[in-house]
Amino acid sequence: MIVANRKPLEEIQDMIKDCGNVLLVGCKGCVTVCNVGGKKEVEILAATLKIARKKEGKALNIDEVTIERQCDPEYIELVKETVGNYDAVISMACGVGPQFLSEAYPEQKFYPGLDTEFFGGAVQHGVWEERCAGCGTCVIHKYDGLCPIARCSKSIMHGPCGGSAQGMCEISSEVICIWDQIVKKKMEQGKLEDLLITNNAKDWRSARDGGPRRAIREELLNE
Amino acid sequence: MSDLKSGSNLEKVLKAGHFAFTGECGPPMGCNVEHLKEKMQFLKGNVDAVNVTDNQTAVARMASIAASAIMIQEGLEPNFQMVCRDSNRLGMTSNILGAYALGVRNMLCLSGDHQKFGNHPQAKNVYDIDSMQLIALVKKMRDEGKFMNDEDIDENPKMFIGAACNPFADPYEFRVHRLANKVNSGADFIQTQCIYNMDKFRDFMKKAVDMGLTEKCYILAGVTPMKSAPMANYMAKRVPGIEVPEDLIKRLKGVEKKDQAEEGIKFALEQVEEFKEMEGIAGVHMMAIEWEHRMPEISERAGVLPRPVV
Ligand code: SF4
Ligand code: SF4
Repeated sequence: MIVANRKPLEEIQDMIKDCGNVLLVGCKGCVTVCNVGGKKEVEILAATLKIARKKEGKALNIDEVTIERQCDPEYIELVKETVGNYDAVISMACGVGPQFLSEAYPEQKFYPGLDTEFFGGAVQHGVWEERCAGCGTCVIHKYDGLCPIARCSKSIMHGPCGGSAQGMCEISSEVICIWDQIVKKKMEQGKLEDLLITNNAKDWRSARDGGPRRAIREELLNE
Repeated sequence: MSDLKSGSNLEKVLKAGHFAFTGECGPPMGCNVEHLKEKMQFLKGNVDAVNVTDNQTAVARMASIAASAIMIQEGLEPNFQMVCRDSNRLGMTSNILGAYALGVRNMLCLSGDHQKFGNHPQAKNVYDIDSMQLIALVKKMRDEGKFMNDEDIDENPKMFIGAACNPFADPYEFRVHRLANKVNSGADFIQTQCIYNMDKFRDFMKKAVDMGLTEKCYILAGVTPMKSAPMANYMAKRVPGIEVPEDLIKRLKGVEKKDQAEEGIKFALEQVEEFKEMEGIAGVHMMAIEWEHRMPEISERAGVLPRPVV
């Protein structure tokens, strides 16, 4: 899923500092699963913003709505009647949400309430980790299911680099060196030779480097 | 001469079977060419080639290619370093061509420290290709006369190709295999990370010799003299991939503060003596970091002067 973090309160306050009437739009997709942009988090942010504004002695009306998905025009359509009635609308979805909203309702000003971070999953309750960088050409089967592109700090294809120490990456003692794990797994399996070849340089055209991407399912186009 | 890959002085020294001695010079964090030239003069005649670092420790400095060109004007031979962190295959390819055009004949292919360590941690990290692929890229340009995309090059850059090797990074058992991979990718010579743990390095070299790697490439042992006990402590604790045995720290602490630098040099010289005899070692890469002015003395005391003229 897409993992995001709530923007710092001060940043959101600053976005709406001149607004008295605000709508928060939550999303029931990934951001609900990673506990950052669902109905509950929308409620919490609304309450927090109101309290903060009250302290300043000024009024703030906040309405809340949480839709099925903000990455789907079908659901974006559902807020058509309401979005126009506010000074500002804050989307609590990943970066797709405020964009789809802005595209659908060009007259309204939308703000992102979240900082969208990565594709990953929960490794324990309350902790999410990156697993994929969306490179567009998946090769993890060659590395026993461990992705060096997303998980090595240098995305190297022949690791571990000289900074790998005790299983951790040179950038931080809190970041694992994925290459350490890849190598150990290969050694356990007696398949070290898999790592002794020089792989061709990656073709990054399928990644973001090739420009904004688009996925087309021909079979759906004529439905 | 025709069987030389690049014709660089370093290549000739190694090929002739001499014990090579290389140095290091970091470009300035600015445009102070005079100071750079002063540093270079300390190395002149005391080493066979000098590594010109490429934004080392991810700190922005004068371009390695420019400092290498200045070095050539000053009458020294550069070993042009290139990291994968700061540019993509286009940038690297053009710099290889440019460096060769300016007279550079040795180059060292490196991953580079992550930018997090440096003075521009906000930077985007590139890593379009990695050090293994960079070695292969330079080899392809030299031996096949082709770019990475298989298009022909009009006049190949003939570089003597170097790579780094850190026997002290983990997992240890894999390190010699990674070295083998670099040799198979096209590395002609290897400069190791600074060595302090001699026991481990002896074991590593035995493995490298047993695998036949030292017949396929020249290995230069990396040495950095410790300037003080606090430096040793810092390197032991804070620099990933560097191993400093407790014994050495004790040894430095065992002498008065003002004598610690001398003790550090003594240890380095003892290392050089052992490397001269160690099977599979073709030379020493002396990284006297920001200590260029001590290099004449270090080379002298290491017994490697005069440097061979080949
Ligand atoms: S190889 Fe690419 S697509 Fe596969 S997990 Fe890694 S980044 Fe994602
Ligand atoms: S230490 Fe490991 S994860 Fe970190 S950059 Fe090096 S190879 Fe990649």
